[in-house]
Amino acid sequence: MGKHSQEKSQGVDQFLNSTLDSVDDAETLALNLARDAGFAEEDLHRIGMAVRESMVNAVVHGNRFNAEKKVHVSIARNGTRFVIRIADQGEGFDPDSLPDPLSEENLLRQSGRGIFLIRAFMDEFKVRRLQPGGTEVTLIKYLAAK
Amino acid sequence: MSVKLSTRQVGDVTVVDAVGRITLGEGSSALRDTIRELVGKGQKKVLLNLAEVSYIDSSGIGELVSGFTTVTNQGGQLKLLGLTKRVRDLLQITKLYTVFDVHETEASAVRSFV
Repeated sequence: MGKHSQEKSQGVDQFLNSTLDSVDDAETLALNLARDAGFAEEDLHRIGMAVRESMVNAVVHGNRFNAEKKVHVSIARNGTRFVIRIADQGEGFDPDSLPDPLSEENLLRQSGRGIFLIRAFMDEFKVRRLQPGGTEVTLIKYLAAK
Repeated sequence: MSVKLSTRQVGDVTVVDAVGRITLGEGSSALRDTIRELVGKGQKKVLLNLAEVSYIDSSGIGELVSGFTTVTNQGGQLKLLGLTKRVRDLLQITKLYTVFDVHETEASAVRSFV
C-alpha cells in the first residue's frame, strides 16, 4: 500500500536503450512508483499501459531501435500529480495529425490506437518537440484526495 | 511473460487457447503466426479463447483486428471467447467490441459458427 511520502520527491530519471526490453523496464519502474504513491489496481493498470504505449512510440517510431539513441524516462510525484516524461531522439510527430481510430474507416486498421489509449487512460497528455530533435510526452495521473 | 498459444479441435472449430500477455514483440507475432498458419491450412472457423489473457496492448489489439480480417477475407469466421474485464473494456473504448462476435462460454461459441 501507499507510503506516507508526500514530502519526499520520489522518482526516477534514467536513459534507456531503444529496445523492447526498455519498454518492460519503464513499465516496471512506473508501476513500482505508482504503487508506492498509493494508486489503486485499476489506475496502476492504466498507468502501466500508458507508459508502455509511450515507450513503444519512443523506441519503435521515434528512435527506430537505433542503438545510438536513448529514451529519457523521468517519473516523479508532485503533490497529487504523478508525472511521467518520456523523451526520444527521433524525428517527432504531430499528435493532432493522427487518424481517429474510432472512425468507421479506421476501425479495422491494425495500428494507430496507442495515443488514443494514452489519452483515455491518463488525466493529462502533452507532447513537446525537443531541440535539436526528438519528442517528449508528458503523462499525468492525479492521485485521488483521501 | 509473453503469450502461450495452443490449439485444439472441437468439431470443425479450431480453438486457440491464449495464456499470458499479448503485447508488441513475441506476444503479438505469435498470435499473428498462429492465425496465419490456421488460415493457410484452410481452417475457417477459429475461436480465440482469451480467458487467460491478462493484458493486451495496442499492438495486441491490432493483431486481433488483423486476425479477424485475415480469417474473414478467406471466407472464415474468427470469434472471441471469455474476455477478462480489462480486455472487454479495451475493446469497448476502441469501439471494437461490436466488431467481434464475443461469447461467454465455449459451448455457445462453438454452436454459433455456421
